[in-house]
Amino acid sequence: MSGDLAIDVQDLTRRFGAFTAVGGITFNVRAGEVFGFLGANGAGKTTAIRMLTGLLAPSSGRATVAGHDVARDAERVKRDIGYMSQKFSLYEDLTVRENITLYGGIYDLRDREIRDRSARMLANLQLEHAADQFVRAIPLGWRQKLAFSVALLHQPKVVFLDEPTSGVDPITRRQFWELIYDAAAGGTTVLVTTHYMDEAEYCDRISIMVDGRIGAMGTPAELKRDFKVSSIDDLFVQLARPTGSAQGPAA
Amino acid sequence: MSALLGLLRKEVYHILRDRRTLVVIVALPVLQVIIFGYAIRTDVDHVRLAIVDPAPDTVTLGIRARFAAAGVFEDVALVPRIEQLEDLFRRGAAQGAVVFEAGFAERLARGLPAGLLIVADATEPNTGSIVASYATAVVQGYQQEAPPSKGAIHIVPSVRMRFNPTRESSNLFVPGLMAFVLTIISSLMTAISLTREKETGTLEALLVSPLRPWQIIVGKVAPYLVVGFASVVGVILEARLVFHVPLRGSLVLLLAEGIVFILVSLSLGILISARTSSQRVAMMGALIGTMLPTMLLSGFIFPLESMPWPLRAISVIVPARWFVLVARSIMLKGVGLSYLWQPTLVLLVMALVLLTASTRAFHERLDQ
Repeated sequence: MSGDLAIDVQDLTRRFGAFTAVGGITFNVRAGEVFGFLGANGAGKTTAIRMLTGLLAPSSGRATVAGHDVARDAERVKRDIGYMSQKFSLYEDLTVRENITLYGGIYDLRDREIRDRSARMLANLQLEHAADQFVRAIPLGWRQKLAFSVALLHQPKVVFLDEPTSGVDPITRRQFWELIYDAAAGGTTVLVTTHYMDEAEYCDRISIMVDGRIGAMGTPAELKRDFKVSSIDDLFVQLARPTGSAQGPAA
Repeated sequence: MSALLGLLRKEVYHILRDRRTLVVIVALPVLQVIIFGYAIRTDVDHVRLAIVDPAPDTVTLGIRARFAAAGVFEDVALVPRIEQLEDLFRRGAAQGAVVFEAGFAERLARGLPAGLLIVADATEPNTGSIVASYATAVVQGYQQEAPPSKGAIHIVPSVRMRFNPTRESSNLFVPGLMAFVLTIISSLMTAISLTREKETGTLEALLVSPLRPWQIIVGKVAPYLVVGFASVVGVILEARLVFHVPLRGSLVLLLAEGIVFILVSLSLGILISARTSSQRVAMMGALIGTMLPTMLLSGFIFPLESMPWPLRAISVIVPARWFVLVARSIMLKGVGLSYLWQPTLVLLVMALVLLTASTRAFHERLDQ
């Protein structure tokens, strides 16, 4: 395992009874990279992420995240990762500040650290005026950026974003991606799933899962060139179409 | 440790800020005691009473005065002949009647037994028998307190039943009510609040955090344990102050048994939430899985003794059945652990099994 690999996955497999949700995927993500994790619904993305976040034990294969083995060292993995789902993971009946304090406490931050970091975070997001408002009272776009910042509060090495931008308008999505780039520039590795193919183009590298396997992987430019398509959208449709075979040039 | 404290504080905020939940938690026990205490009483009031007194004399007038003073009866008719009763009962004008023999005082003065007939409308069998027993009690009261100078009095009422002191029904319902309130607060609230976290996605955020599953569970249920405990104390206090329900046994033992029962209910709440993914389903699950059995099969409202054996057999696995038994015995009979070790053991085993099962179910959730 190389030192600058934030995620290193070898032949990772998960079966549920006779059904193979993830069938031997192999990929790695370098530290500070923004990695797009694409795939149709049911292609195995969520199962893969659950294994990488230590929520689900692999049936076979091996994966290390931030240098820890997810099967043997799930607790260490959990300390070093952040996570945000499409549901935003904030408590709507707590205030902004209470949410920050709660998650800070969960990740064992000291009171001082929580205070300093939340002040910086709120200034960054220009949310100081809303610090004592209930989360349910602030607009969706801000709520989502706040959720992302809270997921980064404990300065994780790797952050997993599961369809973080579903249901928000294009402008907010654009702003959200600026936050992602900021995090990556700071050295945080980002693994993001999305259904928006324009977002896929923002990633350093992407993989497209088809039926539990990785159908294609590479930089957006490489993939478009190798598969002779004009956009990732076309590639996605080509791979995900049931009759379409997933045999392209190796990425 | 501060992570756990944060979780506990968060849960307290949830409880305090959700007005509807707060109202349920605070008002429910208070209202239930009042409803069960006053409205759902098996005691009968305002009984429409007809009196047949063919030849009024000092004794019949004395007994009639006692009926008037009993507070339960309202005289609606005074007729001279028993044949006239039929119409009063058919019209529903009278629910009960007292029929004196002619020459009542005279027979008593000669040392002969005097006949007195009590008639009750038994359309509703329970009300009928209660009316009859009230009337009997009034007559017996007169007999016992009659001036001794007149010598022994032999009045022979045709109905003989023991008089229920008016408060007896509230004595019986309070232990059952405790079980009911605890079931609602512990099972229902836990199930709902856990599934709410599932729905909003916050549970997932907690699961990928370094928190251990036991911390998440403790952070979730401990506040409800405290709330449940407080409402037990509240119900006991209200029952004593308002309805003078006795507490003949040990308060400490009662509270300890209460905590075991709360643990059982909390575990059921976790189990329900582990099997459901929406608050609505969780609510239905808690309703059918815990509240209905607590209402119907615990002996709280319907006596277990009069149930057919299949229902009695099912009631064995209803935790509330054992808690109601224990609470009634402690409060009304004043017995201690030496008599109650069996039901207590059942509750403890249930708590242990369900806690283990719910923690496991919580783990299994993660593996799907």
